[in-house]
Amino acid sequence: MARRILTALVGAAVMGIGAQAASAATLDDVKAKGFVQCGVNTGLAGFAAPDASGNWSGFDVDYCKAVAAAVFGDATKVKYTPTSAKERFPALQSGEVDLLARNTTWTINRDTALGFNFRPVNYYDGQGFMVRKSLNVKSALELSGAAVCVQTGTTTELNLADYFKTNNLQYNPVVFEKLEEVNAAYDAGRCDVYTTDQSGLYSLRLTLSKPDEHMILPEIISKEPLGPAVRQGDDQWYDIVSWVHYALVQAEEFGITQANVEEMKKSTNPDVQRFLGVEADSKIGTDLGLTNDWAVNVIKAVGNYGEVFDRNIGAGSALKIERGLNALWNKGGIQYAPPVR
Amino acid sequence: MAIGVTNAPEKSKSSGSIINDPQVRGIFYQAITIVILAVLVYWIVDNTVENLRRANIASGYGFLNSRAGFDVGQSLIAFTSDSSYGRALVVGFVNTLLVAITGIVTATIIGFLVGIGRLSHNWIIAKLSLAYVEVFRNIPPLLVIFFWYSGVLAILPQARDALALPLDVYVSNRGVAFPRPIFGDGAQYTLFAIIIAVVASFAFARYARQRQEATGQRLPVLWTVLGLLIGLPLITFLATGAPLTFDVPIAGKFNLTGGSVVGPEFMSLFLALSFYTAAFIAEIVRAGIRGISKGQTEAAHALGIRPRLTTRLVVVPQAMRIIIPPLTSQYLNLTKNSSLAVAVGYADLVAVGGTILNQTGQSIEVVSIWLIVYLTLSLATSLFMNWYNARMALVER
Repeated sequence: MARRILTALVGAAVMGIGAQAASAATLDDVKAKGFVQCGVNTGLAGFAAPDASGNWSGFDVDYCKAVAAAVFGDATKVKYTPTSAKERFPALQSGEVDLLARNTTWTINRDTALGFNFRPVNYYDGQGFMVRKSLNVKSALELSGAAVCVQTGTTTELNLADYFKTNNLQYNPVVFEKLEEVNAAYDAGRCDVYTTDQSGLYSLRLTLSKPDEHMILPEIISKEPLGPAVRQGDDQWYDIVSWVHYALVQAEEFGITQANVEEMKKSTNPDVQRFLGVEADSKIGTDLGLTNDWAVNVIKAVGNYGEVFDRNIGAGSALKIERGLNALWNKGGIQYAPPVR
Repeated sequence: MAIGVTNAPEKSKSSGSIINDPQVRGIFYQAITIVILAVLVYWIVDNTVENLRRANIASGYGFLNSRAGFDVGQSLIAFTSDSSYGRALVVGFVNTLLVAITGIVTATIIGFLVGIGRLSHNWIIAKLSLAYVEVFRNIPPLLVIFFWYSGVLAILPQARDALALPLDVYVSNRGVAFPRPIFGDGAQYTLFAIIIAVVASFAFARYARQRQEATGQRLPVLWTVLGLLIGLPLITFLATGAPLTFDVPIAGKFNLTGGSVVGPEFMSLFLALSFYTAAFIAEIVRAGIRGISKGQTEAAHALGIRPRLTTRLVVVPQAMRIIIPPLTSQYLNLTKNSSLAVAVGYADLVAVGGTILNQTGQSIEVVSIWLIVYLTLSLATSLFMNWYNARMALVER
């Protein structure tokens, strides 16, 4: 009897190894379980935050929805895993999430040593500083001696150290793991300065008890290209996630919106026809492992890049962030999609 | 085994089958357990290695020598963003030690006071001690930490309106700032004097005890030791020209600058751990004292020993034997609970390690360092307490 149990155990262990090793094709896994598991922020208004009834919304959340729409034709087939800055990488490494859409900066270290792949940048950001207006500080160079609140495990923490060292300024870092803790500490006056990506500062300022008493300093001290990340070694999934972003940008360039996407399918423009998968003998989706109307599904679900931006963080939101670098390449920004051909 | 061999023929005679031999069965089940354990360990290790390889994650401890690139707010040893990850971990370790040691000392003092307080005949003291124990014992330590942290931040004034106390001590929500002593030339002689005074005190106390045991005559130990400990360093200090100045905190643009600052992160963690653990220690102390038979006290009184001496020489030494083992557990708990520091941003080993884990992605390496350090700390504490326990144990004659 006991020997039989042992045999069963060894067998199970061997099968366990087999099952683990076969999980490289994320698309198959996602289709098999029926939803995309998306790693998002724990709560950053405009990017990813749950409302009172637990529905997530935001710029990053729309990317999760867009990927689900591309895979299933249904934007609701997403489950969200809120991750802190510290938890996000192990979550992706271990396969707990299929995709990390969590305002994460693309760096060479994360692209290589951490075992991730980045490609499209869905938000060009840079690190900034927020201070109380009552301090009468006009520039980050006047911050010597200040206590600075910062979230741990971020590029922000490293840029901060570099910036103060380069400019020969003293500071006292006050470091927390969770964004809410940094927020609370800054709001309580534990620190003079709050530093993170500038988009984050606009978002966080809204959550302070008196947003009007705080200002964001003009300096941007770093490049923070934010984008979705996937695990290395699965090119198909990497392509899907990348092209979902390019489809959003391309749709804006074509003038295809959530409202007019059905009409645009009747367009005579061959580029648009190809993009929307209505061309005869189209392989625009099947080559990705998706259906040919995947781009239509994405746009129906969340709109084009401009719409996603405006609704969540731009003019149509409380954050009112300018498009700036994130405008299309032909409108003064650097958002650019490779040709869909 | 020898017994097994002699018993074996009888057993096999009575049962007729080796399967029913309890000896053989015992060995069989132990072997099975070991095999299962080995397979499990192999499976975990193999899977980890395979997953790491597949995820293209670099492994090994080489990253410890790389430049950290981040700053640490609270550090007892020199640390800049140019220091290595290894040094950052040392900073975290020292911070963990600091909060653990100060916490243990404070928790022990509070715990003994409250524990004895619960046995007090004074109704108010007994009930206050009871309330203290019940409140702190029944709240999760994390909440106690938040209570102190939020409390400190909310109640204390902003840095610019810091509360000025006598002796240039300032209190604000950035912590407690106090003058830092700066030792000039010749200060080392004072340090030597302190060491000599301590050694001399021990020697004198030992001599006095031997003399009392031999002749029954008592020497004024307390006064001599006090005189040695205070007088000798003081005379040396003055003789070398009082080589001591203070770096006094002064209001800067943002914070107070200069002096030493104990941040609210350390304060809240230290207070929370001390108060929380003290509640448990109080109960242990009470149990230890109540565990001594009343007959011991009565016998001591019958021998004519006065009540204070009875407590010191009869009750407490016996109570310590009951108190020390569970006390060790509480010390270990406090040390391990100090990893809750991460919740309030105190740069302990776990917080710093977490940052490194995030920057380098070396989860397994960092986690293994955590495990080894906490295990070592706990074992060292246990060893010390076991040694102390052996010293306090009843010597059987």
